[in-house]
Amino acid sequence: MTLVEEPTPAAAPAREVGRARKRKEDARLITGKTTWTDNMILPGMLHLAVLRSPVAHAKIARIDVGAAQQAPGVVAVFTGRDFAEEQGSIPCAWPVTPDMVNPGHPSVAVDEVNHVGEAVAVIAARSKAAAQDALELVDIDYDQLPVVLDMEAAIAPDAHLCHDHIESNESFTWVFDAGEAGTGGDTEQAFAEAEVVVSRRFVQQRLIPAFMEPRAVVVQPQGDNYTMWSSTQVPHILRLMLAMVTGTPEHKLRVIAPDVGGGFGGKLQVTPEEVISLLVARRLGKPVKWAETRSESLMSAHHGRDQIQYIDIAADREGNVKGLRCRILADMGAYLRLVSPGIPILGAFMFVGIYKFPAYRFECQGIFTNKVPTDAYRGAGRPEATFAVERIMDELAVELGMDPLELRRKNWINADEFPFTTAAGLEYDSGDYEAATQQALQLLGYDELREEQRRRRESGDPVQLGIGFSTFTEMCGLAPSRVLGSLSYGAGGWENASIRMLATGKVEVVTGSSAHGQGHETAWSQLVADELGVPFEDVEVLHGDTSISPRGLDTYGSRSLVVGGAAVVKAAAKVVAKARRVAAHLLEASEDDLEFADGTFSVRGTPGTGLAIQEIALATFAAHNFPEGMEPSIDADATFDPVNFSFPHGTHICALEVDTETGFVKIRKYACVDDVGVVVNPLIVEGQVHGGLAQGIAQALYEEAVYDADGNLTTGTFVDYLVPSAADLPHFDTGNTVHPAPGNPIGAKGVGEAGCIASTPAVVNAALDAVRHLGVSDIRMPLTPERVWRAIHQGGDGGERATAGTNAYGGAQTETTAGVSSDASSLGGDR
Amino acid sequence: VTQIHVRVDGASYTDDVEPRMLLVHYLREQVGKVGTVVGCDTSNCGACTVHLDGEAVKSCTVLAVQADGSEVTTIEGISGGDISGGDISGRNGASNGTLHPMQKAFHEMHGLQCGFCTPGMIMASIDLVKDNPNPSDDEVREGIEGNLCRCTGYQNIVRAVQQAAAEMSGRQAGNGHSSSAVVDPAAAPHVVVQS
Repeated sequence: MTLVEEPTPAAAPAREVGRARKRKEDARLITGKTTWTDNMILPGMLHLAVLRSPVAHAKIARIDVGAAQQAPGVVAVFTGRDFAEEQGSIPCAWPVTPDMVNPGHPSVAVDEVNHVGEAVAVIAARSKAAAQDALELVDIDYDQLPVVLDMEAAIAPDAHLCHDHIESNESFTWVFDAGEAGTGGDTEQAFAEAEVVVSRRFVQQRLIPAFMEPRAVVVQPQGDNYTMWSSTQVPHILRLMLAMVTGTPEHKLRVIAPDVGGGFGGKLQVTPEEVISLLVARRLGKPVKWAETRSESLMSAHHGRDQIQYIDIAADREGNVKGLRCRILADMGAYLRLVSPGIPILGAFMFVGIYKFPAYRFECQGIFTNKVPTDAYRGAGRPEATFAVERIMDELAVELGMDPLELRRKNWINADEFPFTTAAGLEYDSGDYEAATQQALQLLGYDELREEQRRRRESGDPVQLGIGFSTFTEMCGLAPSRVLGSLSYGAGGWENASIRMLATGKVEVVTGSSAHGQGHETAWSQLVADELGVPFEDVEVLHGDTSISPRGLDTYGSRSLVVGGAAVVKAAAKVVAKARRVAAHLLEASEDDLEFADGTFSVRGTPGTGLAIQEIALATFAAHNFPEGMEPSIDADATFDPVNFSFPHGTHICALEVDTETGFVKIRKYACVDDVGVVVNPLIVEGQVHGGLAQGIAQALYEEAVYDADGNLTTGTFVDYLVPSAADLPHFDTGNTVHPAPGNPIGAKGVGEAGCIASTPAVVNAALDAVRHLGVSDIRMPLTPERVWRAIHQGGDGGERATAGTNAYGGAQTETTAGVSSDASSLGGDR
Repeated sequence: VTQIHVRVDGASYTDDVEPRMLLVHYLREQVGKVGTVVGCDTSNCGACTVHLDGEAVKSCTVLAVQADGSEVTTIEGISGGDISGGDISGRNGASNGTLHPMQKAFHEMHGLQCGFCTPGMIMASIDLVKDNPNPSDDEVREGIEGNLCRCTGYQNIVRAVQQAAAEMSGRQAGNGHSSSAVVDPAAAPHVVVQS
């Protein structure tokens, strides 16, 4: 089915699902009545400041904290040595191969520092200012070691080592081969027999999640119990991991995620600072707070992306794809954090995109470098995969002289072929790529823009126009616990919910999914209002506190509605089932004769016998007259574990102007049609798409974490790391088709990452479409004016932006880049 | 330390502050106005925007001592009265008139997600509309360029500012740029009932 644009029949009851409900969350957020972690003040609270390594790789020869300890207001100073016996290692929950090398990740460096920004000492003081003032009084001697920054150089023979105690800079090699897995043919044979092979090397630059609320942690000791407030996406995972790392038993820990100001994967982590805060509070028996500055955040919170992709595609001359081969270098940074190795592996299943590749092979090496670790950032593996396949399809189209959309259409899965198992072994659930594409073409005004492009090209206009496509899918709703187990992930993918029916008929919904801006309170209220027939306003959604919602796996991977929302629906069904038994008792009828509609049980065929669920809640509270043998409760909980992922898809089209004289690019129009399954709240869905687009476009045009040749982050403030402003982004024309996901009771597929995954290749494809006739076949992201200008006027991909020897520069030194490292480039290149 | 006299959200305060103390830290730590937040340390993000004698300033670029004798308005001081427990959904005809039109518009247009940039964004937008009562799409985008949002992609913020501008200047919603309070079906064609 597709979206039918017709009004609800007048007689139908108003359903909450599908309504553009304004958000309940807004009331506190628009008035400043918020509970950010950094707002919290506790009696006697100490403030922490973290001293960070100014060098990327060194032995710590000597630390003198004497002067800092004597500073006004300072209560204690700790080094890695002080915590060596109890700090363990920051956990890595995703050992992707049995022989994966994990060098261990102390929260505070003990002997060796491995990236700039790594914690080396902690000050606890009576005020934040006193703690920060004392940082410069800590005296440390570093014996510097060679720095490893470039992945290709890191795996070359005789490479320097990123850590002193490892044997190579490779953490793991992970392979998926469709031929071996039985999900496709022999890839080598497919390439050997192919009429056309196109090979490209793409660079996924390093990005920074850059959530707006800097991270903060507060820990309160109470006897042998500890309560931690943290600006985290994952309070449940954090509690478990803190218990395993620090030895404080899980039942003595309570973790609260109060209002959390964005995450985008960046707060899907167990951070050194969370461990440090707990250890200091435990040591001193005092409440402590750590709140980072933006500079600290950019240099020490985990980064995202950072891959070098070698992509080969095989096809026949008619444009039928025959095989896809991907070799990926994935930069782990200096350490493995929570799911660092799993990020490229999540992507492994998406490189085939929406296309019917008969053969597929994926090989990924995880590489250590002396940079901050990488981990989840919005899309987490899937944007990298989508970029690769959508870019290489355009390159193949150019090679074949075909229209890029025609090539896609020729190879994508048709609507009547679902469910479809791809060469990567995933069973795509539902969709219609043609319908989404047709709608997107209309939204864009495709024919007119193509005509304008032709005119500009013919007249030699200095401003050229290009149109780029991205017809994407992604896997959402993490996920089936069995599948995650088969991928060696350390946890499952279920989600829990419970519903409490209060005596006054109001409803409390407890969800294990911990929102940080998504609007769960509103969407979950809509779900429950429909299921229980209670008013939207009568539902309160509780989350983000391990004491209030004891079971959960939190919010990431576009999983909340698909898995967590489904658990809410399942719990509501159990409430109704229990209430039905009470209603039958009170109405002196058989359960089988009762029907439940709009929140009221009535005896079928007997008007006027209704008993509202709120009345049943009160009767349950009183429990004076209850069914024999039934516990006086109609509350229920449910845990949902899907059997498959869900697969949102969509068509994104970008029209982009390139000023060939200045290299300046400007998005002329952006249209996308996404199929995210059933839409619970169109307002929230649209907002998620907008926000995702902004981040995906920012990867294409603006953002890059750049390190200099010594391993210093040169984009360490918002002056240099270009989070786009309103003036940098276009208006988005968005639409939806609806093919319900069969794998969950809501039919939702997930929307949190769609815009971010889809948009990046659409923008880059548009830029190349604008200037390909000038001899340009690739431009390195982000498409800064200088890079675009160089690509047009000097050839190549315009890549020389950062220091030689870093990935931003373009990987290992080549003939054209050797010896280019200069004073200018060590200051961050041509930025 | 230096003594300063400041009016914040209509109340008078006399406080001793360190000369180096930033206005935003004074507001948060000494006055308890934690609705105003700190998002960066380079005056790029604008999350800390407040009004100083009626003009929008990034309160991380103002020293507390510079605010001596001044009137400061934060996000907590722009609504008409106590709205705690108020029903902003407008259900059953309940009034949301105590909210500032800009706050109301951000709610109605879904101009926020995580809400961390929102106080600064609202304060900057009020100042923008004061200077330009009928801003175009581009004028709003340039006007709030100093305030970063990571969640929304800005489109709904632009619509919110234009709707509030219309209300604040007494025009009906719909000035040629802005949309009415309901979801704009052109921008969101999926806002229809599903089959």
